[in-house]
Amino acid sequence: MIAQTKNAFGDSKQALLFLLPSLLLFAVFTFYPLFASIKLSLYNTDLMGQASTFAGFQHYVDMFSSPQFFQSLLVTLLFTLYTVIPGILLALFLACTVNRQLKGIAIFRTIFAFPLSIAVAGASMIFMMMFNPSSGICNYFLQLFHLQAVFWLSDPKWALISIAIINIWRSVGFNTIVLLSGLQTIPEQIYESARIDGAVSWRQFIDITLPLLSPTLFFVFIVSVINSLQTFGEINILTQGGPVDATNVIVYSIYREAFFNTNFSYASAESIILFFMILLLTLLEFRFLEKRVFYK
Amino acid sequence: MKKYLHYLLLIVLAVIILAPFLYALVVSFESAEETLAFPPVLLPAHLATDSYSKALATAPLLSFIVNSFVVSLLVTAGQIITCSLAAYAFAFLKFPCKKILFILFLSTMMIPAESIIIPNYFTVRSLDWLNSYQGLSIPFMASAFGTFLLRQYFQTLPKEIYEAARMDGCGRLRFFLTMVLPLSKPALATLAVYAFLTTYNQYMWPLLITSSDNMRTVQIGLAMLQWDQGISWNTTMAGIVIVSLPTILLLILGQKQLVKGLTAGSTKG
Repeated sequence: MIAQTKNAFGDSKQALLFLLPSLLLFAVFTFYPLFASIKLSLYNTDLMGQASTFAGFQHYVDMFSSPQFFQSLLVTLLFTLYTVIPGILLALFLACTVNRQLKGIAIFRTIFAFPLSIAVAGASMIFMMMFNPSSGICNYFLQLFHLQAVFWLSDPKWALISIAIINIWRSVGFNTIVLLSGLQTIPEQIYESARIDGAVSWRQFIDITLPLLSPTLFFVFIVSVINSLQTFGEINILTQGGPVDATNVIVYSIYREAFFNTNFSYASAESIILFFMILLLTLLEFRFLEKRVFYK
Repeated sequence: MKKYLHYLLLIVLAVIILAPFLYALVVSFESAEETLAFPPVLLPAHLATDSYSKALATAPLLSFIVNSFVVSLLVTAGQIITCSLAAYAFAFLKFPCKKILFILFLSTMMIPAESIIIPNYFTVRSLDWLNSYQGLSIPFMASAFGTFLLRQYFQTLPKEIYEAARMDGCGRLRFFLTMVLPLSKPALATLAVYAFLTTYNQYMWPLLITSSDNMRTVQIGLAMLQWDQGISWNTTMAGIVIVSLPTILLLILGQKQLVKGLTAGSTKG
């Protein structure tokens, strides 16, 4: 008994040492700034970002009464809508086509994962060229089909969709990899018995594949929503939130308010709203993970 | 017959997925006049490679790549050290508040970088770390995801080796260094590939804290090649091809590790 307590105590000292590097880094660069963000959002700040006078919830009141904030919120939600569902459907289709034992299938799997290796700056500039209204290849294709030219990035009606297209392309690699790994966990025998029962392939897909894939689909869904909420690079490089705030998502608005308008309090209040949105989604994700880890 | 149709489908899809990059590759070999032609040129008359030398002359791409490599390697090394130490404690040691501490680690995954970027910018500024490798790397050297990934792996190691090590009187740290780490190479490789790729592709943080050309990372430096009066598309695209080579290579060579890392959250938990 005594030996045991001594042991537990010895362990805890050691454990602290092993955990210390991570704990220190998290304390300084994750937990402290979260509280600092909350504090900034409750204070007025000077040009250098120092909290000066207490403002209470004034910045939140301002935020919720400003049409610009609701525009940001709306744009963010629309962007999520434009990217998440089409992105997952595309990835699901790709994953199904490479979920086969065929010669050379590994090459296609690598190709479908390829967009992962092109970072946001490069991807944005490639699409900037393709979206060019006068000489770009996208309008050339539209013209081939006798469709009207589109001002992809400068038309408020199209800008958000254009950014969404880039985002879908950039995330399709990740989504395909994850969905493929989910598909691979479905045992082949289930399909075989379905075939004996005479089920046609799309019925097999609806009755077997989708239900068994639903945990993976849910995971991909949550991760996609979180990623699309955090989209920044494409917008900063291509539209700077414009035209007329058509692409001014919350993350971009935080950046602009803080680092261009030196309105650190308002930006912090927006940060906290973003935090709660992501918190909620991550909690959902953890609930799912817990099920997978502990009840499998 | 059905098999060939499936190959045909795969090839069509592969071309669609690769299209933006293939097109960038084609344009990078065009002459400046060809890049402005309408309809767009899909097959350059001859392979012009001066766009590559022009890209390298216009922007110090190689030094940007070096910066990105240094930062990515520092973050990778840092995460391997901090995550494996923490994962070891969570997997092998008994101590009070273990569960709470583990939840504390996981809770960092709920805090988006953008929500804390303003105070972090102030912290780094007050430490005088703007435009420095430490400012670019140290804030990212701990990772809940990495800790989680390694803990899951450590837990699959046979408990007997731990008992044996104890009998030998082998110290904790020595056991960690000589037994656990060597046995965990696959998981460490996964974390390394994942950490490297994410850091190499970082955008918002380096944009905020680097202003001098000699500290810029590739993602930010690439903006110097943005298409304008003096720079035509072939130069921009050549720059993109150059800076994407390391990550393309990493994807091809480290694909197995990367896939494991990316799917760790979805299938293994």
